[in-house]
This record gives sequence, structure tokens and C-alpha cells, in this order.
Amino acid sequence: MEKYYNKNIECAPLHEIEALQSFRLSSTVRHVYQNVEHYRKKMDEAGVSPDDIKTVDDLSKLPFTLKQDLRDTYPYGMFAVPMDEVVRVHASSGTTGKQTVVGYTQGDIKIWSEVAARAIAAAGGGKDDFIHVSYGYGLFTGGLGIHYGTEQIGATAIPVSAGNTSRQIQILKDFGSTIICVTPSYALYLAESIREMGIDLSEFNLKAGILGAEPWTDEMRDEIEKGLGIKAYDIYGLSEIIGPGVAYECSEQNGMHINEDHFIPEIIDPDTGEVLPYGEAGELVFTCITKQALPLIRYRTRDIGVLTREKCSCGRTLIKMLKPQGRSDDMLIIRGVNVFPSQVESVLLSMGNISPHYLLIVDRIGNRDTLEIQVEMNDEIFSDAIKSLEEMENKIKQAIESTLGISAKIRLVEPKSIPRSEGKATRVIDRRK
Amino acid sequence: MLIEQISIFVENKLGRLSNIAEVLHNNDIDIRAMSIADTKDFGILRLIVNNPKKAEEALKKHEYTVSLTKVIAAGIPDKPGGMLIMMKSLFESQISVEYMYAFLSRMDESAYVILRVEDNEKAVEVLKKNGVKVLSSQEIYDM
Repeated sequence: MEKYYNKNIECAPLHEIEALQSFRLSSTVRHVYQNVEHYRKKMDEAGVSPDDIKTVDDLSKLPFTLKQDLRDTYPYGMFAVPMDEVVRVHASSGTTGKQTVVGYTQGDIKIWSEVAARAIAAAGGGKDDFIHVSYGYGLFTGGLGIHYGTEQIGATAIPVSAGNTSRQIQILKDFGSTIICVTPSYALYLAESIREMGIDLSEFNLKAGILGAEPWTDEMRDEIEKGLGIKAYDIYGLSEIIGPGVAYECSEQNGMHINEDHFIPEIIDPDTGEVLPYGEAGELVFTCITKQALPLIRYRTRDIGVLTREKCSCGRTLIKMLKPQGRSDDMLIIRGVNVFPSQVESVLLSMGNISPHYLLIVDRIGNRDTLEIQVEMNDEIFSDAIKSLEEMENKIKQAIESTLGISAKIRLVEPKSIPRSEGKATRVIDRRK
Repeated sequence: MLIEQISIFVENKLGRLSNIAEVLHNNDIDIRAMSIADTKDFGILRLIVNNPKKAEEALKKHEYTVSLTKVIAAGIPDKPGGMLIMMKSLFESQISVEYMYAFLSRMDESAYVILRVEDNEKAVEVLKKNGVKVLSSQEIYDM
């Protein structure tokens, strides 16, 4: 039996959704025009006024928003409400250590709880469930996003956060977790650890997983479902739009329903900005039409995807997006963490004497992302003692870990062994398929 | 009474040592003793050669990372008990050994050990006091 959190919306006829979208879009555009200097300027430059935006079809008249716009207005420059109405901020990692900061009013938190609740219900979750939240709690939207969705739906939240594998497994067993919310690679790692520890799956009460924050293939899904004895559902989100809950997978497990009553999706040609028809692959763009603190207009996600209105067996009429196929910029997602090559560069350079020639090798070993950072040896940092060189590798490793939030293998290589280039240096070799 | 040792950073890749040997050969460098300390990804090749400065220059020209370290060359009787005399005297004076490697000479019945210790001056003193021969650069390079 299909579970919906909000059947009225999730199964609403298309014309009702569109009417709702038109109304919400025009009031949001008015709201940002009045309160956000960036949008007022951009719209004035384009000769577009809020009066010109009456229906969803007018969306393409509006300017795009880029991640750079948030960086340029760091931290709160694009917020549309006074700060005393902002009850929470979150942030995602940005280049050169500057994060992208987002904010929420009390109303926005309610919206977020609602969309996250829809995702949990679609995965079969309800009041009787024990939701094991393994996403990180903190500035990252993953942990708290699912957490509030859990409380909204009335289930029991187990706020484990990320890491400490043996403790995760002990809690999964003893606390009776029924739905685990975690990144796909960590889910695989948990499955491996459980197998290695010789624990039988019958000792767990797990029935489902809500997995996201990084790309994952259907092959990986099969492995996870087998390894943990669960049905694994995809979830999509980004902090700039709200966090996890922008889109979620249903029982059909073939694409994710977008909460389009809150976020209007478009697919555009990343080079021309032209809006593409459903079924064609292009860059995903979202427009927030209900948030108050930071409703972004036509935000370019840099994720490549496809939209479809094909009928879904689950009964939901909300538009679907197929799994994002990649990123159109330099950012890497390694084990669910955003990593920019330039962050590595700043860490190495800030340590003094380390050569600016480095290489990131990203690979996938045993279904887990790995990161190796090759750093060139030079006369300044060379030492005759193995232990000093090992100490240095460790120092670099720790600096990388504390800045990037991810552990990497550091490999010292011979001088000049990292290829030099005339133009943009190849900093990353990504061997994952 | 210390001698210069060459340390070379070597990536653990096929052909690296062969390449280094070629550079040394092309520059008429004669190796007296050698040792390699290895980790999974790289090693440090340590060499006692007849002309350390020349070797350093040649290797640097070939983009190798090289450094010179002052080490002790000790001579002990080449029979059971030789190593004991040396190690015991260092231990009794609380001198810690970083690493060591040994070689034989065609010249006499001694065994030679290259030592890196934490306190060179003190170690030389202690070894001499215990009847261990400490060689000068000239003596080593002339072997």
C-alpha cells in the first residue's frame, strides 16, 4: 500500500499544481524584488518587473542565480527578510574556505519538515518507525533536514550523525532502527562491516534506506539492498534550495518526484540558458516559490538531469527527475562531501615550503570513494629520516582532514613528476565511472 | 670525524634505482656503501661515495631531491662480539641510533658500520673511548 504524507498535493491534478505555482511564483518575485538588492538590480537590468510575472510560463523572463552570487553576497547579502526573522542558518563548503550560507525563517523550517516528511513517507516511513539519521548534524543540511522531517511525520528520530561504524551497528541493532538515512557509500561500508563482524541481518529491524548527498548507480543500489536487507530510496537536495527533500524516490524506484509546489524545476542548456523540453538532458534549475528567508530564483544547480511527466505507478502526479548524471564544474563529491581542488591547494600552500604541484586521484575501491593527494617532494621539505617524511605526510593529512572534512591518502612523489601544463592545470584524475 | 652521506628521495616506481645508478656512473662516482630505507610509496637511498659534492650536483641536475647528512663511520672487528662492543657503549651513554648499515672493506679484517645518531660529537667520543675506530672522510673515500 503506497504511503503518502500529503496525498492532496502529491496526487493533485496538474492544473491545480500549475495554478498554485503561478500564484506562489508571482508573490515570491514581488517579495525578492522588494527585499533583495541583487534581484532588484538584475531584474531592472533585464527590464522585468514583478508585474510581468503572472504565471509559471513567465518564469523564463527572470534572470538566473549562480552559486557565485551567493559567494559574492557572503554571508547574508541575498536574504529577503531581516535577520531577526531567521531562526537557522546552514552552510555548504565553498572554494577557498568560504561557505555558501543559507537561512530559514520559522515558516521555512516548517516547509522543510513537510518536504522531508514526504520523502520519509514515500520510503514507507510513518509514526511507528525508528529513523536512524546517519547524515552529519551541523552546518550540513543532511542530518537536521531528515531529523525535522522525522519529527514532522511523528516517527522516532535517532540522531546518530556520521562516523563511528561499530557504534552505528550497535545502535542499529539495539535501538531497533527501521529506516536508515545515510550516504550510499557509507551504507555499503556498513553492510561490509556487518558482514565482517559476522552479524546476521535478521538481528536488525531495517526495512528501508533513504540515501543521497552523492551520486550512486543502480548497481550500487542492488548491492546496498542485498547487503543491508532493505529497499534503498534516493533523495535529492541542495542547501541553496532547502536541503534534503527537494526531490524523493517512491515505490517505483525510477526517478524522484520533485516537490514542485515549493520548488519549480527547469532543465536548461548550460551553454545558452535556453529552456529544454521534458525528456532532454540539461542543467537542473530550481525556483523557490514558498520560502521567505532565501528564496532563490532560477538557481543553476550544475547538476545534469532529465525531467519527465510520465505517469508514475505510485499515483503521485508531481513531476519527476531522473538521477543526476554529473556536475558541470570542478567540484567533486567524495563520500558525500563536497571537495574543490582549490581547497587542497590552499591547505598545501598555507603549510609553507610545500610545492604548489599537486594531483588529486579520485577512485572507487570496493564501492567506496577514495582520495589520494600526490604532493611533490622538494629540497625544502626533504629530510634524511623516514620518520620525518612520514610525520610530514601525517601533518598534511591532518590539515586536509580538518579543512575538507574528509580523509585522504597523502603520497609524496618525485619533483617534476606531476605534469605541468600551459593552460589550466589538470588537478584531478577521477577514475570513477 | 664525521663523513658526508648522500640521501636521495626515491619514488617506489620501476626503474628509479636504475636511473640513479646511471647518473652516478656517468659522473664517475664510486659507491663505498649503500642502504635503502623503504616505506610503501617511497624510499630514501643512502650512499657513501668517493665524492659526495659531485654526486649531489649531478643528481640535482637530474631533478632528484638530495640532501647531505653527517654520519659516523665506525670500524669494528669482523667477528662475533664486534657489534656488541659498539652498541653496548652507545647504550651505556644513552645515545640513540637513528639507523645504521654495514659494509666490508677489501683492505683489512674490520667491518665498517655507518651510523646516524642523535648526538654525533658525543657518539664519536664514546666510541673512541671504547676502542672502536672512527674513520675520517679521507680514510673512507680512499678505500
